[in-house]
Amino acid sequence: MSFDVIVLGAGPGGYVTAIRAAQLGLKTAIVEREHLGGICLNWGCIPTKALLRSAEVYRTLSHAESYGVSVGKAGFDLDKIVERAKGVSRHLVGGIGMLLKKNGVTVFDGEGQLAGGRTLSLTEKSGQKQTLSARHIIVATGARARTLPGLEPDGKLVWSYREALRPDALPQKLLVVGSGAIGVEFASFYATFGTEVTVVEVMERILPVEDAEISKLAEKALTKQGLRVQTGTKVTGLVRHDNSVTVTLEKKGKTEELRVDRVISAVGVVGNIEGIGLENTVVKTDRGAIVTDEFSRTDEPGVYAIGDVAGPPMLAHKAEHEGVICVEKVAGLVGVHPLNKARIAGCTYCHPQVASVGLSEAAAKDSGRTVRVGRFPFMGNGKAVALGEADGLVKTVFDADTGELLGAHMIGAEVTELIQGFVVAMGLETTEEELMHSVFPHPTLSEMMHESVLDAWGRAIHI
Amino acid sequence: MAEKILMPALSPTMTEGTLARWLKAEGDGVVAGDVLAEIETDKATMEVEAVDEGVLAKIVVAAGTEAVAVNSLIAILQEDGDDEAAVQSLLASDSAVLENSDPNPAPFVSSEPSVSSGEPVVAEKKATTRLFASPLARRLATREGLDLTGLSGSGPKGRIVQRDIEAALAEGGAVRETPAERQGTRSSGSVTPAPAGVCAREMADKLGLSYRLEPLSAMRKVIAARLCESKQTVPHFYLSVDCEIDALLRVRKELNANLSEGKISVNDFVIKAVARALTKVPAANAAYSPQGLVYYDHADVSVAVATPTGLITPIVKCAESKGLAVISTEVKDMAARARDGKLKPEEYQGGTFSVSNLGMYGIREFSAIINPPQACILAVGAGEQRAVVKDGELAVATVMTCTLSVDHRVVDGAVGAQYIAVFKSVIENPLSLML
Repeated sequence: MSFDVIVLGAGPGGYVTAIRAAQLGLKTAIVEREHLGGICLNWGCIPTKALLRSAEVYRTLSHAESYGVSVGKAGFDLDKIVERAKGVSRHLVGGIGMLLKKNGVTVFDGEGQLAGGRTLSLTEKSGQKQTLSARHIIVATGARARTLPGLEPDGKLVWSYREALRPDALPQKLLVVGSGAIGVEFASFYATFGTEVTVVEVMERILPVEDAEISKLAEKALTKQGLRVQTGTKVTGLVRHDNSVTVTLEKKGKTEELRVDRVISAVGVVGNIEGIGLENTVVKTDRGAIVTDEFSRTDEPGVYAIGDVAGPPMLAHKAEHEGVICVEKVAGLVGVHPLNKARIAGCTYCHPQVASVGLSEAAAKDSGRTVRVGRFPFMGNGKAVALGEADGLVKTVFDADTGELLGAHMIGAEVTELIQGFVVAMGLETTEEELMHSVFPHPTLSEMMHESVLDAWGRAIHI
Repeated sequence: MAEKILMPALSPTMTEGTLARWLKAEGDGVVAGDVLAEIETDKATMEVEAVDEGVLAKIVVAAGTEAVAVNSLIAILQEDGDDEAAVQSLLASDSAVLENSDPNPAPFVSSEPSVSSGEPVVAEKKATTRLFASPLARRLATREGLDLTGLSGSGPKGRIVQRDIEAALAEGGAVRETPAERQGTRSSGSVTPAPAGVCAREMADKLGLSYRLEPLSAMRKVIAARLCESKQTVPHFYLSVDCEIDALLRVRKELNANLSEGKISVNDFVIKAVARALTKVPAANAAYSPQGLVYYDHADVSVAVATPTGLITPIVKCAESKGLAVISTEVKDMAARARDGKLKPEEYQGGTFSVSNLGMYGIREFSAIINPPQACILAVGAGEQRAVVKDGELAVATVMTCTLSVDHRVVDGAVGAQYIAVFKSVIENPLSLML
C-alpha cells in the first residue's frame, strides 16, 4: 500500500501529525504497536493527572475544617483511584480513534520498521506482514524510561512509571530516584496518601531544569508536607529483599543506608530509536535521539522524526507542534517556521504546581544580558488567599535593555493553567509595556502575573 | 425640500479642512450668495456661500472643527415649506452613511457647485497601510534606527518579528535615524544607510576598476543616512547674498591687535551675526515636527567641523548672549576636541541653526544640506576682493557670498529672505555686534 504520509507511532506527537496531514489533503496512515495516545495518554501525562486530582480532592477534604466544612474523616480506596485513572485514559484513547477515523487516517495496529528509502515494513498484530510505501515517513516513536545500572525496574520492588501508576497497595516507605517532573509528581501523589517518601536527586536541587529560586521553594514546600528531600545524592547500592529494598545513598562521600518498601526510578527518558529499522537508512542518532534539522528532516530523504525521539524538550506539546510544522512543510505550505524550542513551557503537577517558560534568571544572566526580575508572592493576591492557597511565587525575567520577556517561572496553585499567558506574550513578542497595559481580571490568580511584571520595574502595587 | 450643505473642496487636492467659523446661526434666514461659513485649508481661507434661499436649520459641524473631510455634511438648509421631519431624515441618512464606513463611499449629492475633483475622501482614507510588527520588533527597530516600512515580515501574515529585525541589522537594513541619534555617532555600528541605486563597489568589480575599500565607520554611516534623509525628505530652497566685509575685517584687525592669543576669526563674527539675526527674525530659529512647528528660545549655533573621520557639528549654545571672545574660545576648544573625537553628545546634539564655512578653501559659494531637524543652514564662502559697483562707479570690496538653505516646511521664502537680509546688515555693520 502506498501513502503520502506514514506516521510511525501514535503518541501525542504522532496522532496529531497524522490528523494535520490528513487535514492538508495528504493520504495518511499511522502505525501503532500498543495504544493510540502513546505513553502520554496511557502511562504518562493523563493518568498521572487523574491520580493527582484524587490526591488533591483527598488533601482538600483532609483540610475541610479550615474551610468551615465538616466531612468527618476523609478516606480513600486505592483501587478505585487507580481504576478512575484507567477510565480517564480509556475514554480519551477512544476519542483519538474517532478523530483519526473522522479525518480518514488509516490506522495499522502493529510494529513498523523503516525498510530503506521510502518504505516501511509492517508486522501487524495478527502476524501478517506487508510493506508500506510513502513519500514521507515521520518517525514519532517517543521515549521510554531511562534505566540506571543496578536500578533496573523489576515490576515488583523497583518500579518504573508503569507500576507506579497502578499500585495494588500503598508502600509504607518509598524512595523516588530522580526529581524531575515525573519523580516529583509521583512523590507528591504517594506522600499525600500517607506514604513516607524520600526523594533523592543527584543534582544540587530538585526540579533541576527550573529556575533555582523555584526549585528551592518547591523543596521547601515538599519538606513541609513531610517528604524527605536529599539533593546532591547518588544511589550507590541497591539490595532487593523479598518485599523491601535496602539502598545505599551517598552524599559528598558520606554513605547512608535506607530500607524502603518500594523504589520508583524516575531518572529521565530516552528516545525509542531501537527496533525501528534505522539501520536500513542513513538516519543519524546522537545520545539516544534522532538527529534532525529545523523542519524535522533526517539525513535520509523522505524520513523525518518528531517528538521525544527527536530530542528534548521531551514534552507532548512540543511533539505535537513539531509534527504539525513538519507535515505543513512537507505539504508545501508557505510561511512555515521552525519551532522555537526556547518558548516551550514546562509544567509539573505536584503540590504546589510548578510551571515555567523561557530562560531562568541564571540562564538569562549567563547569556550576557542585563536582566530585570519581577517577583510576586501568592500571599499578596486576593484570589489566592480566598482559595486558601497563599503559598507560591510568580517570577518574571526581562531583558532590561529591550523589555523582552525572557522567562517566567511560577510555583503555586493552578500555575500550570496560568503559564500560557506568558507563552502567548512571548510568542507575540510583547514587551513589558503591553503586559503592564493589559487589564487582568480581578479577582484572579492571573493578577499575580501582572504584578510580577510591574515588580520587575519596581512598580508592583500589592507588595 | 431640505438641502445638505457639504464641506466643499477648495482645490482639487484638498481632502479635508478646518471649519473656521460660522457667519450664520441656526435659525438665520439666508439667500443665495450669503456667506455661511469660513473654511481654512493648508493654503487659504475661503467662504462657503449659500446657493439657495432658506433657513439654516442645523449646524452639524461646529466652528473650529479641524480635519473635516471634504463632502461631509456640515449643515442643513431648510427651504420654504420643509418641515422638521425633512431635516431629521437628512440627518438620519447622513449618520447611516457614516456608520456604513465604506472605505470608498459614493459622492454625496451636493447642492454646492462642484469644485471637487469628484473624488470624495474620507479621513480614514489618508491613513497609510497598517504596518504589522510585534511590539518587541518595533522597539528594537526604534533603538537601532531601522525603518520598518522597508522590511518584509516573516511572521504570520507578514508580521515583522524580532528575527526580521535581527536579520535586517545583520545585513545592514535601511536606516532612518531616530531624533536622539541625529547628531554624532551611533551606539550601534551595525547598520548602513539606504543603498543608492547602482552599487559603486559592484560596478567597480564588474568593470574591473582598481580601488581601495574602506569599511564604513559608524560616523560615516550616520552622515550618509542623515544627509540622504535630509536631501530626500526636506524640501530645500536656497537664498544667496553677497556681504561686504571690509568693515568687519577692519574691526577684527583692531580687536586682534590687542589680543596676544585666541585671535577672533571671521567665522566667529559669522556665528555671532547668525545668532543676532535669529534674535531679530525668530521665525527662522525653528524646526518642523509632525505635531507642530518648534520655535526655539535660544540660538544654539551648530558649527560644522571637519575631522579626520568625518563631519561633526559642535554647538555654541545661546550664542545670542555670548560675546565674540567667548564664542571664539568655545569654537576653538570644541573644534580641537572634535578632531580628537572627544566631544560629549550634549556638545554636538540639539543645535537650532547650522553654519558651514568653506571660505578657507577659497570656495566662492556653495549650498549646504540642511542638518535635520533644523530648518536652516548657512553656507559661508571665501571673503575675496571683487569688483563692485558703488554709486555708479566701479569699486573694489571684500565680498563674502553666503547661501542659506531653508526647509520650506517651516520657513517660507519671505521669512528666509528677511532673515538673510538682517544677517547681511549685521555682518556688514560689525560694530552692532559689539553692543
